[in-house]
Amino acid sequence: MMALSLEKHRMPEQDPKVRAHNFNEVALGYDEETAVAEAERCLSCKIPQCRKGCPVGVDIPGFIAKLKTRDFDGAISKIKESNALPAVCGRVCPQENQCEKYCVLGKKGEPVGIGRLERFAADREMAQNKEVKPIAYAPDAQKVAVIGAGPAGLSCAGDLARKGYRVTIFEALHTAGGVLSYGIPEFRLPKDAIVKKEIANLEKLGVKIELDAVVGQLYTIDELMGEEGFDAVFVGTGAGLPHFMNIPGENLNGVYSANEFLTRCNLMKAYRFPEYATPIRVGHSVAVVGGGNVAMDAARTALRLGAEHVYIVYRRGEEELPARREEVHHAKEEGVDFQLLNNPVEVVGDDKGWVHALKCIRMELGEPDASGRRSPKAVPGSEFELAVDTVVMAIGQGPNPIVASTTPGMDTNKRGNIIADEETGATTKPGVFAGGDIVTGAATVILAMGAGKKAAAAIDEYLKKKRNA
Amino acid sequence: MKAKILKKEMLSPDVFRFDVEAPRIAKKTQPGQFIILRVNEEGERIPLTVADFDRERGIITIIFQVVGASTELLAALEEGDEILDFVGPLGQKSEIEPGLGTVVCIGGGIGVAPIYPIARGMHEAGNKVISIIGARSKDLLIMEKELRAASDETIVTTDDGSYGIEGFVTAALEQLVDYGEKIDLVYAIGPVVMMKSVANATRPLGIKTIVSLNPIMVDGTGMCGGCRVQIGSETKFACVDGPEFDGHLVDFEGLRERQDMYRDQEAEGKDHICRIGLGRGA
Repeated sequence: MMALSLEKHRMPEQDPKVRAHNFNEVALGYDEETAVAEAERCLSCKIPQCRKGCPVGVDIPGFIAKLKTRDFDGAISKIKESNALPAVCGRVCPQENQCEKYCVLGKKGEPVGIGRLERFAADREMAQNKEVKPIAYAPDAQKVAVIGAGPAGLSCAGDLARKGYRVTIFEALHTAGGVLSYGIPEFRLPKDAIVKKEIANLEKLGVKIELDAVVGQLYTIDELMGEEGFDAVFVGTGAGLPHFMNIPGENLNGVYSANEFLTRCNLMKAYRFPEYATPIRVGHSVAVVGGGNVAMDAARTALRLGAEHVYIVYRRGEEELPARREEVHHAKEEGVDFQLLNNPVEVVGDDKGWVHALKCIRMELGEPDASGRRSPKAVPGSEFELAVDTVVMAIGQGPNPIVASTTPGMDTNKRGNIIADEETGATTKPGVFAGGDIVTGAATVILAMGAGKKAAAAIDEYLKKKRNA
Repeated sequence: MKAKILKKEMLSPDVFRFDVEAPRIAKKTQPGQFIILRVNEEGERIPLTVADFDRERGIITIIFQVVGASTELLAALEEGDEILDFVGPLGQKSEIEPGLGTVVCIGGGIGVAPIYPIARGMHEAGNKVISIIGARSKDLLIMEKELRAASDETIVTTDDGSYGIEGFVTAALEQLVDYGEKIDLVYAIGPVVMMKSVANATRPLGIKTIVSLNPIMVDGTGMCGGCRVQIGSETKFACVDGPEFDGHLVDFEGLRERQDMYRDQEAEGKDHICRIGLGRGA
């Protein structure tokens, strides 16, 4: 047996200098030989730890064992037992905090590239354009309404359809996918090649998707469960209300929420303006405020839209950046300028109402706060101006109130998040379940998918009881 | 969802009226609300305040002015064509109730369209409705007949004096006040400068004034925040908190500036026709 490599097989990537100017995918994926070789690194532990790190419980040793024997179809079938969107998860899951964190190889070197292998298996299957067999529904199959076609809703819908329920997803936008379509950029998650295909597969399975349907306005949940005849409802509407800093100048022209900036680019394809009619404006210099994955996405998008200088402005230090290491690394490689330990205090405008600078104050780190991160304090008198044309606020988002405010009996907490049981997603309204960012506040794709999956199991239990009652 | 155009009418050289088949939306729409539409795969999401709705026939009426490439594309659709995406109703409804007293409904230019369902609703609720509708000139005036039917009294103004009172809608409002009309509530919808002038005229008189804003927006559900407007000391999202706000609190100057955000790009988008299938960023 060969000596075990301490490092993962390298992921082929587009050259940073080239990719900073195009929207093609950055990571290119393993070929068959590399995938099998990477799978060979797996020790097939008797008591595998990796699986407990997966929010949807994928049988990781199981699918890797299939890859080792080149049973590629077997590998993807294994993954799909638990994960409705493997090509997505293989790309955007923070594996370093989940499955790969527990891999024993990680103690001495790098863990097995579980995410890369998942992506390989999913992409290989997708390239074959295999037929998806529709579910054969019982004539009296119960109906479930899923609100929001994002990660939580899609995973819930997929699981319920496979259990034989008739599922309709109601989506407010003109495209399904939620954050997969409007938020995560093309260069990390291709829309036509990956997202649309994964969703089309769900539709082939028998899941109906009603686009342009804003629940809370077009239908209320009570109407869905009444005249529309749904037996249960899952709410997965996400974190759709952007936060601003409430500093002077935030309403100037040239200030965007990250949601708007990314939606214009990803959903509306403003990067192909004027072929696509939605405009976007970046100017020469852009400051993105925030240090999470969304901030990295916005900064890297701004570069690709032609900005010459892009700053990340974050009030804490490098260690505290909440974004994935890989995203920070990619952003730096592409030339994003990290202005750490700086906090914006004002957006400065010109006499025509346009941004021309972002006034910041330097920060220093004090004692760790409740979250364990060292809390930043302003250094008096250290204000300075960054000359920028565009400011993107990527400081998080709250729950969108449209559904909750029109659903009597479904309680929310003081932040506006829907109150739901952690294990089942059951809300305070009978027959209504919820999961994902609308419950937890902004988190990750895979956690939302995990919540959708748990809710699907609970809805199944609930409807079984209802059938037998 | 897709929505078929049942009837198309040209109201003035740049202004079109579509009756659109959208029964589900018509069932829920209330005066003051808006829809968002998208003409084709490459299209923008265009917000339009509803000009009329007919629940029985399942029809939403929209009236729009051709102001750029996207509305030009919309205007090119014919009866029987389908609009690719038609979303609604969006935003809060107008607060229409009996016992409000005398309500003056002011519509300027294309703003006459969305004022109509409000005037009608106010009238049906038993309030006295005086409508003031204005346009640059007679041939640009729209929906006069409808407003007359929905109002106790209707006053027309034109900037050039070709019809009705010569001057802006505010001139007619001032006349009403001068004649001693006791006004309890003013609704004003139209160009930003018009709504600002109306608010400035009613502020010293202490007459509550509601305006309906149509800022740049993308999703229309509160997700993007592009439509934020300063209302007094607060920032509000026109799509979910509005589109109607207290006219005495709106920062009209900020609103006007934000509406110009894409003026340069829109000019470029209109002039530039890509012949090799490439966008600017490619």
